[in-house]
Amino acid sequence: MTITIAMPSAPPGTAAVREIESGAAKISVRDFDFFYGSAQVLHGITLDIPDQQVTALIGPSGCGKTTFIRSINRMNDIIPEARAKGTITIDGRDIYAPGTDVVALRRRVGMVFQKSNPFPKSIFDNVAYGLRIGGLTDKRSLREHVEKSLIRAALWDEVKDRLDDSALALSGGQQQRLCIARALAVDPEILLMDEPASALDPTATTKIEELIWELKANYTIVIVTHNMQQAARVSDRTAFFMLGRVVEYSDTKTIFMNPKEKMTEDYVTGRFG
Amino acid sequence: MRRSADDRLFRLTTGAFAAMVLVIVVGIGIELTRQSMLSIQKFGWSFWTGRTWDPVAGEFGALPFIWGTLYSSLLALLLSAPIALGIAIFISELSPRFLRQPLAYLTDLLAAIPSIVYGLWGIFVLVPIVRKLELLTPEPLRRLPLFHGPPLGVGMGTAALILAVMVVPFSSSVAREILKNVPSAQREAAYALGATRWEAIKVAIGYGKTGIIGAIMLGLGRALGETMAVTMVIGNNPQVSLSLFTPQYTMAAVIANEFTEAADELYLHALIEIGLLLFVITIVVNLASRLLIWSTKKRAAELVVLASPATKEEIAA
Ligand SMILES: Nc1ncnc2c1ncn2[C@@H]1O[C@H](COP(=O)(O)OP(=O)(O)OP(=O)(O)O)[C@@H](O)[C@H]1O
Ligand SMILES: [Mg+2]
Repeated sequence: MTITIAMPSAPPGTAAVREIESGAAKISVRDFDFFYGSAQVLHGITLDIPDQQVTALIGPSGCGKTTFIRSINRMNDIIPEARAKGTITIDGRDIYAPGTDVVALRRRVGMVFQKSNPFPKSIFDNVAYGLRIGGLTDKRSLREHVEKSLIRAALWDEVKDRLDDSALALSGGQQQRLCIARALAVDPEILLMDEPASALDPTATTKIEELIWELKANYTIVIVTHNMQQAARVSDRTAFFMLGRVVEYSDTKTIFMNPKEKMTEDYVTGRFG
Repeated sequence: MRRSADDRLFRLTTGAFAAMVLVIVVGIGIELTRQSMLSIQKFGWSFWTGRTWDPVAGEFGALPFIWGTLYSSLLALLLSAPIALGIAIFISELSPRFLRQPLAYLTDLLAAIPSIVYGLWGIFVLVPIVRKLELLTPEPLRRLPLFHGPPLGVGMGTAALILAVMVVPFSSSVAREILKNVPSAQREAAYALGATRWEAIKVAIGYGKTGIIGAIMLGLGRALGETMAVTMVIGNNPQVSLSLFTPQYTMAAVIANEFTEAADELYLHALIEIGLLLFVITIVVNLASRLLIWSTKKRAAELVVLASPATKEEIAA
């Protein structure tokens, strides 16, 4: 079943009506605005992100992709003077409702950052961090969870003999997979990835992409990327952002092969600018 | 070409100044050794272990002073470390934004107060308070070595307190700097895993751990050499005692007090030898703390390099 939702304050040249599949939506965003101080950087974002699929966010630099993805786990809360308006619901619950447990929310919504940011601790302690602050102390159980997460993040074979080594001794690509393992360890339902491969070489990037492909069986994944081919390769759905608005949101195939908007076509074919 | 000549001149002058500092430090060391030769030759190692300081009899043992300096500094460190860290955490992590600068400025201002002023404050405010506390100490506790002795108000405990107050601004301002340098990515990583604010702060502290230890040791370096305020409240009585109530003495204090009265050569050389040891200890402690601070800053820089952002413009057709 499809419903249509009118999009308020649509920029000229974009369709005022957008098709949204309902039913399988894990994350629903409605009329979401975001402000840094008095500067509004997101305008009336409205979209549904489906469960167990990969949704890619693309768009030119500064269009608000990072701001948007960080709104989904309320990471922007720690930025002073930042303010959100509108709703984002996960499984039907408004995460911006007063009284929301942000700590619990962030455990359900994992995040991987553009630059890998391991703690200056051992590989084991990095992956175990989220479990430990969650109250897990049992040694054996910790070990099992760490192993499982590292296997899921396709890093286990490379590090199983040196779990006690510093995480900082790993290569850039390994560090990023460690950060993925660390996020997976707390067993989130949603995984947000903000340009997870932009600092990596092609081989490491391929590894991450394969990983995303495998992870989507169990997680809802939202990924920001500047790499069009990457978006085309890994995602099921793609949202094209521009100047803080969603210009077009559709199946990835449609966005790349048969976009409705001229702007989208210009952007994905590189004629933008 | 002119440019590179200017460059070389600049490097030469700054290099010369840097070398001069090194020459001065080494020079001081040599001069102190030379000026204390008589005492070094006469007493040898027993100078460091002797407990008798009797200028009239010509007998010089420096242990009580070494003890007094190390013990008072260590106590001051124990007192100041948690307070300094607490202040640093409050200013850099918890306080409202608009209060940060003023608070940082205020703590830094504490470091600018002359030590004689601290000493006067110690005599007129701290000593009476400490004496009252000492009088209030219950009898069973008084039997412990830590609280042994007459309730005078002046003594090791008061000296340690005043040293702690003097050291806090130093340690906390360096610790604050270290916390400020912790990449926000570290805190965000913790938050993203469901950390509470306090847990995220712990991550930041863990990241800057070595640097913070360095900051605290830098405070130790200052406490070791502090003279005036300590002299005014420690009681100036050379003895080796664990008691906080007992008047004791420090290396810097004995030099300041007795230097002008040192009539004979040996007495003078003995005092200078104490200066020599103080000099060595302070340099070692300072070097060690700088090294620690520097190593954390370096690690932060390395991390940034490791994760250097790649070209974003990979937008393909
Ligand atoms: N902490 C902040 N304070 C104020 N303005 C900010 C802040 N972070 C981002 N902005 C502004 O918000 C807008 C959107 O930024 P955002 O980082 O979300 O864009 P982006 O699409 O992720 O860009 P990029 O592709 O370069 O990562 C930009 O104009 C940016 O300057
Ligand atoms: Mg971004």
